Amino acid sequence: MSTKSSWTGRFRSATLEKFEPEDLLPEVQPAYVASWIYIFGVATLAALIMLVASGLYLTLEGPAWWHTSNIGHYVNSVHLWSVELFFVFMVVHLWGKFWMAAWRGRRLATWITGCLAFFASIITGFTGYIIQTNFDSQWIATQAKDGFNAVGIGAFFNTLNTGQAILLHVSLLPLVLGGIVIWHVILVRRKGVVPPIDEAGE
Amino acid sequence: MLRILEINLNHPAHYVSVGPFSVSAGNLTIILAMFAIFIIALFLPFPNHDQTEKHAALKSEKR
Repeated sequence: MSTKSSWTGRFRSATLEKFEPEDLLPEVQPAYVASWIYIFGVATLAALIMLVASGLYLTLEGPAWWHTSNIGHYVNSVHLWSVELFFVFMVVHLWGKFWMAAWRGRRLATWITGCLAFFASIITGFTGYIIQTNFDSQWIATQAKDGFNAVGIGAFFNTLNTGQAILLHVSLLPLVLGGIVIWHVILVRRKGVVPPIDEAGE
Repeated sequence: MLRILEINLNHPAHYVSVGPFSVSAGNLTIILAMFAIFIIALFLPFPNHDQTEKHAALKSEKR
């Protein structure tokens, strides 16, 4: 329980004072981290950085550019393949963490934020599918509209409203996903990487 | 030259169906590749893994 009188002091106690610089940016990791299965978290982050960078470029230039110019096709393809790799790395990361029960050692919040990041990524991916502005996205949007109507939320989230989908995909959802990912990484740094189940002391 | 590497996708997708389950060949390929990557990641030795373990053991001995 903090004894600080102002909210800024309490906020500082709850955040900055809980972290040692060595924990946030460590130079060494335990020996068990020298395994390929521990690579997929940072590989997911690398794919996310490529996703955001290529997405920003697509946002600047617009659909006419990515459908017609050579460089537009290339950046569009970089965005697509970054998504493919992002999900592949994230799912392998999820499998690895699930089978090593990565919520052990008071790491439940890390596990939960990882799950939230996964769900937020799926929603972001779906909104990306319906703003390609091609026949594929028209097909997906109309099919999804039927699905959302069937579960009773078609009036709240209208997949045929391309403007809404674009704003969700390039503004709101990246902010939400980015926030969750930063939170997840901070928790990983704070609690440390989970040791293998047979590691002594766990 | 790169034309050799091109895959013609201008046709209906191939599907693999087993009973009530149906999956496109492309998705099935990606799922199988993910399983393969997971298994390889578990068993492929990491570069310098032995030295890292020796280094960690030395450090704990010094303590």
